[in-house]
Amino acid sequence: MASIVGGAVVAAAAGGGGVGVGATPHVLAVDDSSVDRAIIAAILRSSRFRVTAVDSGKRALELLGKEPDVSMIITDYWMPEMTGYELLQKVKESSNLKQIPVVIMSSENVQTRISRCLEEGAEDFLVKPVRASDVSRVFSRVLR
Amino acid sequence: MAAAALREQLNALLSSMYASGLVDDQFQQLQMLQDDGGTPGFVAEVVTLFCDDADRIISELAALLEQPVVDFDKVDAYVHQLKGSSASVGAQKVKFTCMQFRELCQHKNRDGCIMALTLVRNEFYDLRNKFQTMLQVVPYVLKGPFDFQVFTGIVKMEHMLLKLKRIACPCFLLKFV
Repeated sequence: MASIVGGAVVAAAAGGGGVGVGATPHVLAVDDSSVDRAIIAAILRSSRFRVTAVDSGKRALELLGKEPDVSMIITDYWMPEMTGYELLQKVKESSNLKQIPVVIMSSENVQTRISRCLEEGAEDFLVKPVRASDVSRVFSRVLR
Repeated sequence: MAAAALREQLNALLSSMYASGLVDDQFQQLQMLQDDGGTPGFVAEVVTLFCDDADRIISELAALLEQPVVDFDKVDAYVHQLKGSSASVGAQKVKFTCMQFRELCQHKNRDGCIMALTLVRNEFYDLRNKFQTMLQVVPYVLKGPFDFQVFTGIVKMEHMLLKLKRIACPCFLLKFV
C-alpha cells in the first residue's frame, strides 16, 4: 500500500515487525530517479520496512524536520542541487539528525567517493543497481 | 487454452530478450521482487517509468545536440541518468550504448554523439516495443498459472548453452515446458 504525501511516496510495509523487534523501522529513501525510487522502495518494503521515498535532498531535509521517527536514510550520491554527500554532511552536522544512519548509493564505483562518504560518517556505500541482498546485509547490521 | 498459448508467447518473448542481450539479470531481479510478496504490477510500473524517463531524456539530448554550441557537460549528465536507469531495470543494450555515448561526450565529439544518440534511440525503441508486447500479454497470462521459477531456470540453462554452443536463437528448450 502506498500514498503520495506532498510529493513523497509513503509505502507501508506489508507486515508488522522489521529487522529488529518492535516498531517497523521507517526508512527515508532519496533519489532523483523515479525508476530507482520505485525499485529501492520495493526492496525496502520486501524487507518489511516502512518507506518514504523523496526526489531530492531538500525534500529529505524538510521531511526529517517533520518526522521524528526516521530510523535510516538511504540516498543516491549524484543528485542535482544537493548531492547525497551534501545531504549526509547536513545530517551529520545536525544535533537532531546526526544519530540517523545514512547509506549512500551510486552507479559509479569510485574509490575516492566511497572513502569520502565513509569518512563523513556514512554507514555503507552501495553500488547500483542495488539488490535486496545488499539492503538486507547492510540494514540488518546497522539497525540491529 | 488461449492463456496457455499466450504464456508460451510470453516465455518465447522473454527468452529472446535475454538471449539477445536486450535485458540482463537485473530485469529478473525486478520480477523476483514482484513475485516474492511484492506489489502486483510492480514490473509494469517500473518499465513504464523507465520508458517515460528514457523518452524524455532522448528528446532533451536531441535538442542539446542541435545547438550551435553543444554543452557536453549537460549531454553527459543526461546520458549518465539514462545509463543509470537502464542499469536499474536491466536494459543491458541501452546501458552499453550509453557507456559508449559517454566516452564520445568526454571527447567532445559532436558527430560521434549524434550517431551514439541514434544508436541509443534505436536500442530503446526496440526494447520499448518488446516491453509493450510483454505488458499487453501478461494480464492474460496471469489468469492462468505462470511458474516464473521454472521459466527463469530455463532461461539460465539457455544462456549457458548459448555460451557453450554459440546458438543464435536457442528457444528449443521451451518446447519441453
